[in-house]
Amino acid sequence: MSGDQATPVETGLDDPLDGPDSSGHFGRYGGMFVGETLVAAVNELADVYQQLSEDPEFWKEFNYDLKHYVGRPSPLYFAERLSKACDGAKIYLKREDLNHTGAHKINNTIGQALLAKHMGKSRIIAETGAGQHGVASATVAARLGLECHVYMGAQDIQRQTPNVYRMKLLGAEVISVTSGTQTLKDAMNEALRDWATNVDNTYYMIGTAAGPHPYPQLVRDFQCVIGREAREQSLQQIGKLPDALVACVGGGSNAIGLFHPFLHDDAVAMYGVEAGGYGIPTGKHAAPLSDGVPGVLHGNRTYLMTDSGGQIKDTHSVSAGLDYPGVGPEHSWLKDIGRVSYVDATDAEALKAFHELTLLEGIIPALESSHAVAYAMKLAKELGHDRHIVVNLSGRGDKDIETVARLDGIEIQGSAE
Amino acid sequence: MSRIGATIKARQSQGQKALIPYLVAGDPNLPTTAQLMHALVAAGADIIELGFPFSDPSADGPVIQKGAERSLAAGTTLRDVLELVSQFRQSNADTPVVLMGYLNPIEIMGYERFVNEASTAGVDGVLIVDMPPVESGQMIKLLRQQQMDAIFLVAPTTSAARAELISKQCSGYLYYVSLKGVTGAAITDTESIRRNVRNLKKLSDLPVVIGFGIKDEKSAASMAELADGVVIGSALVERIAELENKSQHSDADIAATVSLFATVRKILDNFN
Repeated sequence: MSGDQATPVETGLDDPLDGPDSSGHFGRYGGMFVGETLVAAVNELADVYQQLSEDPEFWKEFNYDLKHYVGRPSPLYFAERLSKACDGAKIYLKREDLNHTGAHKINNTIGQALLAKHMGKSRIIAETGAGQHGVASATVAARLGLECHVYMGAQDIQRQTPNVYRMKLLGAEVISVTSGTQTLKDAMNEALRDWATNVDNTYYMIGTAAGPHPYPQLVRDFQCVIGREAREQSLQQIGKLPDALVACVGGGSNAIGLFHPFLHDDAVAMYGVEAGGYGIPTGKHAAPLSDGVPGVLHGNRTYLMTDSGGQIKDTHSVSAGLDYPGVGPEHSWLKDIGRVSYVDATDAEALKAFHELTLLEGIIPALESSHAVAYAMKLAKELGHDRHIVVNLSGRGDKDIETVARLDGIEIQGSAE
Repeated sequence: MSRIGATIKARQSQGQKALIPYLVAGDPNLPTTAQLMHALVAAGADIIELGFPFSDPSADGPVIQKGAERSLAAGTTLRDVLELVSQFRQSNADTPVVLMGYLNPIEIMGYERFVNEASTAGVDGVLIVDMPPVESGQMIKLLRQQQMDAIFLVAPTTSAARAELISKQCSGYLYYVSLKGVTGAAITDTESIRRNVRNLKKLSDLPVVIGFGIKDEKSAASMAELADGVVIGSALVERIAELENKSQHSDADIAATVSLFATVRKILDNFN
């Protein structure tokens, strides 16, 4: 922990939940920690977003695309048999898996594509872990006729072969990143290097609510459609707000998108579920909020998995999309002020939930989302039958079936391994 | 004026340019870095930029990334790098040392502790690649209290208004980044460098040095003509990569590793 900032910093905002402040900070977190070459680009993006976000026409275009291209609103589905199996609270699933391209990621790339178009950029770059954001970026790039380059860790390319092919079909170039740990963080380093080199014509489409200001803010704003819909649907379908929200947290964009529109609803409890890997005590996990300290990586100050010398630690999760040593800065702030509880689900728990949801509801969840399902089932058992939990089912699991089969010791014909 | 400023001024007054090598501390190990630092001074280096390694050097090209990886593989920590500087100071009291790296290792050590220990070790200035002036208030204050320089980069993308702001926060020297990209890439647009450096000199009395992309006598000569000094990093780290990973190297091997600096020194001595 940095010695000079032991106590939470005042936000300078009337309401601590209304971040970021004008310099892009959520309390002591967030900010704009990039090399000088990128400062102008990041500032330009902040200015453009500030201006466009105040323009109703911009949101009209965004909402039109979400409705007609993505297929929103996504349903809020009462998972009756899953709830019954838990013998406790009723579990509702916010079906982001039903979006075009199969995950919440498209909400963000639709919004950022509008920004890129407005800024006149001809080339899009993105980093991806599970490949969902890469696919969502390649998708919007294809639709706009923009060049698209996706950086992906060599290890993740092995884990997520269907998504790699999907990106290629969409016309994107997938660049294998072999530096460092060959996962999401290294893909992000490589994307930052590309951006600094091609800053004039390139738009960097960050896939989660992290990175330098204004990314944590704008990605959150684009993902807030999840929470706004869920809030309205809860009032209609349950007749009241839910008692608890549950979402998985890697970088944390699906979670902040669900949570943010409920932050002022004090009675709504919120649980962000990190990747517990082999278990928090083993150190082999990807849970910086559960077992990390504040530091600076990839443009923002946030909780990180870092060793005592400040080097970023290797992470482990069965799910490539959660396998990241940092987290969006707003989550760090929400943890410190106690508004959201951050918990974890292990690989084994997530896999169990993956199978249970598939068998009980006929829905194959992404391994990322399975972490949220696992924790929601645990929570449902603790809460009474009259309670309601909304889980963000952030993505579908088709991309993961090879991984699951391998872990279950089953060989799928034609699979890579 | 700091030791850094005085060193560059002394070169200026003789119509010469400052020569600033960059190397990663602990690449391939700390004793070798110590040998190299003394050899660089002997070859004519005025200031040494000493990189402290980070696992995620997102502003660096492949050559320096690999240097950082070798250093981390040898277990080098920020504390070790500070210890290396104090050892260097035992036999060299004059050559300014600038620590260059990424913020997280300092963030984890704590700013005050870092600045105090760096000052005690004999560090003259600090350049943190991913900490622009807007995030540097506390760090600049602490460095000034210890009479150390906070050095900042100015890039081809930096606006005039921003360059003015940076020059007010910066001391020691302004480091002009010669290209859009990462360390070790190729310089392509000498005219814009000439124009931007000239504008910087109008904004501020600080010396301006140019770095990123200077890899041989020719690029050193053309960049030195435009500024008060040049930084050579990747070209040195590339040579260091050829050294065997052992703790004691022959004088001949070390001299061969830094041979570029002796020839560049001669070029920089004749700018009257």
